[in-house]
Parts: sequence; C-alpha cells; structure tokens
Amino acid sequence: MGLFDSLLGRSRPAKADLDALFGVTQAAFTLEASIGLRPTGVGAVCYRANEGAAFATAQADLQQLLDADGGPAVETSTDSYGFTWLVCRQPADALSDLVTELHAVNQTLQDNGFGPSLLCSVVGFAAPDGRQVGVVYLYKRGTFYPFAPVPGSEHRDNALELQVRGAVGADLRIENDLHRWLALWGTPALD
Amino acid sequence: MAHTRFRNDRGLTARMALVGFLLVALYLAVVAALIAYGLPTVFVVLIAVGVGWGQWYFSDSVAMKAMRAREVTPEQAPELHGVVDRLCALADMPKPRVAVADTDIPNAFATGRSPSHSVVCVTTGLLRRLDAEEVEGVLGHELAHVAHRDVSVMTVASTLGVLAGLIMRWGLYFGGGGRDRNNAMVFLAVWVASIAVYLISFLLTRALSRYRELSADRSAAYLTGRPSSLASALTKISGDMARIPTRDLRQAEPVSAFLFAPALNKQSFTALFSSHPSLDVRLEQLAKVSADLGRQV
Repeated sequence: MGLFDSLLGRSRPAKADLDALFGVTQAAFTLEASIGLRPTGVGAVCYRANEGAAFATAQADLQQLLDADGGPAVETSTDSYGFTWLVCRQPADALSDLVTELHAVNQTLQDNGFGPSLLCSVVGFAAPDGRQVGVVYLYKRGTFYPFAPVPGSEHRDNALELQVRGAVGADLRIENDLHRWLALWGTPALD
Repeated sequence: MAHTRFRNDRGLTARMALVGFLLVALYLAVVAALIAYGLPTVFVVLIAVGVGWGQWYFSDSVAMKAMRAREVTPEQAPELHGVVDRLCALADMPKPRVAVADTDIPNAFATGRSPSHSVVCVTTGLLRRLDAEEVEGVLGHELAHVAHRDVSVMTVASTLGVLAGLIMRWGLYFGGGGRDRNNAMVFLAVWVASIAVYLISFLLTRALSRYRELSADRSAAYLTGRPSSLASALTKISGDMARIPTRDLRQAEPVSAFLFAPALNKQSFTALFSSHPSLDVRLEQLAKVSADLGRQV
C-alpha cells in the first residue's frame, strides 16, 4: 500500500495474480524426481465468503459451472476460521486438469469481483511413506510455499518443507519471508 | 470489476484531508506569527519534536506496558494467531506481533511506529465476550490501523497541536516580557491565546482520530467481508463499556496532558472503543458496506 493511501486511511484490497498457478505442473515433475512426492489429485481453493446475496450467487454459479463438465463434483466446506474451501478431485495422474480446474474456480470468483476475498490455493502431494505436503499458492503475493503438517498433530515438518523449497525453487516463485508461510491446519486438500 | 466493488468513501477522505490541512495551517500560522514577532523559539520546537519522536518510536513498548499486555506465541494462542495470519495473508501485509492484556474490560488496540514494528493487542475480556467472527472483525479493525500507520499520523497531528500551543505561549510571553509593556495585560493575552490554540488543535486532533476510526472500520469490513460481525462486536462492547467505569484508561489523563500524552492515551495508542465516532455513526457506515457487498454485480 502506498504512503499516500496510508495517510488518507484507505487500504485497497490486494488483487490476486492467478496465472502463476500453472507453474505447479512443472514443479510436480521436479518434486517426484528429487523427493519422491507425487500429486494426490486433490486440490482446494480457500476464500473468504462475504456476507450478502452477491457472493452467494457467484458461489452457486461456480458450483454449477464446475459440475457441468461431468467430472467429479466439487465439494464445499467451511473451516473453523470461517473461510470456505472448494475441493476439486481429479485422477492422480491428471495434474494439469486439476490445475486448470483450480484456475477456473479462481477466475470465476475474480470475474465476479471477489478477487480480494481469495486467500490461497493448495495442491496436495504425498510421498510413498505417507508424508504429505501441500504446495500453497498465495494470490496476494504471487508466491508459493510448502505446508507439511505432521499427521495427527498441529506440528509442521519443517525439514520436509525446506527440502521442498530447495527442490522447486527453479520452477516456482517461492515466498522468501518465512513469516508468511501460513499454517493451514485441517485443509481439505490434505488428508 | 474488482476495482468498482471496493470504492473509496470520497466524503470521508475529503473531510479527513480538510482536518489534516487545518491542523498544519494552524501550526504554520502560529510559527509565521512568531517569526514575524522576531523570536528564537528553536529550542522549544526541538524539545517538543523530540518528545513526539520518542513517543512515536517507543509507542509499542509504552502502550504494552500501560495495558500490562504480554506478547503471546502461536503455541500459547493458536486461534488468535490463526485469525491474524489469515487476515494478513488476505490483506498482503506483514504480520504484527500479537499480545493479550489480562483485564476484563473488552478492548483492543494496535500500536507501533511502522507496520513491521507493530503489536496488536486484545484483552481477555474481549475474547470472553465475543464469538470468533466478531473477534476477527475487531482484529481486522486493528490491522487496518496498522496498515494506515495511524500511530504515526496521530503522533504527528498531536505533536503539531502541542507545538502550536507551546510556541504561542512561550513565544508571546518571552517576547512580550522583554519589551517593557504592561505585564499583567501581556500575561493575560498570552494565556488566553495559548489556551485557544491548544483547544482548537485538540478538537482538530480528536476529529482526525474519529475519521481514522471510521476508516479502519470500513477497511476491516471489506477485508473480512463481514461488516455485520464487526457491527455486532461494536454493539456488544459499547454496551459493556457504558456500564464499566472508564477510570482505568483515563485516570492518567491530567498527567498525560502535561506530558503531551494526549498522543499516548487517545491517539497514538488507539484504544478501540473509547475513541469517538458514536456507535450509531459506525453502525450506519457498516450497514452501507453490507448493502454494497450484497449488491448483485
């Protein structure tokens, strides 16, 4: 936010940048080759549903649009912070379909004027030994970071997260400020 | 379309700019009058600016101490940190430190010299009375203060006001006394003039503070997308505040006024619910935001 805006006491809601999302397809190859992490075929979009009819209508349109393609239906859930998650499922080997679907969800919300309400998108990855990592895209920053919860606890596997960061640094713009690596406990994109 | 949905409130911005302008104009007018009078007031100005700077620079630790607040880690207050984390990610701003003050008065404040040196604090009384969405609305309001740099703006504003009063009084007094006039008359004139200047600047600062509060409400409402939750938080807390004596926050006032601490107590340290726009005005604005969000695109 510019100094002028702060002085006048008005903050502009940050706008989302969606296209970087497609970079995940490339990063998936690297993750599999270097760490053995494979896509789970599950991805989710997290946003803040506004009160009022406008947002509800946009959400209903979106659901219809995504259900119309004959693929698996999109699930909606609300987490304990009041944020809504739209969960998309595709076969594990169809990552590019999943990414396209996530992009469509975001685009629809943005086209309806709700870009400022988008928080993040998560694409799930898992290793054969059961460890899981979500590759999280922060719209407002245009950056990615890994989120690896230790199953059954509210702890993060920081070693694995840093390993992922090292691996995909060339494919994705990684968030440098570690304070912004938001914890997403209970995200439906990971089991 | 994203641009059109989040319009600025032009009236509010204009009023705020006007008050800011009047404050500076008042200050400049006083300085100009004194320079015309031919006085070396440099040292007074230096002291006043120095105190203002100190207040601004140490605003986070001073306010934390005044409220007996302690910083909490994500392990100690996971829900609170979770909410702040998400709001910061949504607004794309650095995350301030999070603190809790152990008092039953429901309140919240944000302080700190810059967004990266800020603290957001809530009281245990607030956490006990409000539900999760209402707490989120209050935190959104405090984060808006951080993003708007309200501590800096209000410190500058109140320092200007104090400076104007000081310069007026000291300058006229020394100047008048040195010229062999009727001392009693000079003293009276100086006294009245300095009181008037201080009063005007105080009123202007308070008006500016109220506009900043309204701006923070508005930003918070758009950020969380739930103006009604913030409105309900305000109603709950205002009701409580009316019943609870305000002595806790204000008993230091006479001392503060002497130490330039209108800046400490009312402005730079933005005590959410004791600052001024009336509940009706705030609720009315939030209702407008709510209607705006509900409008079909």
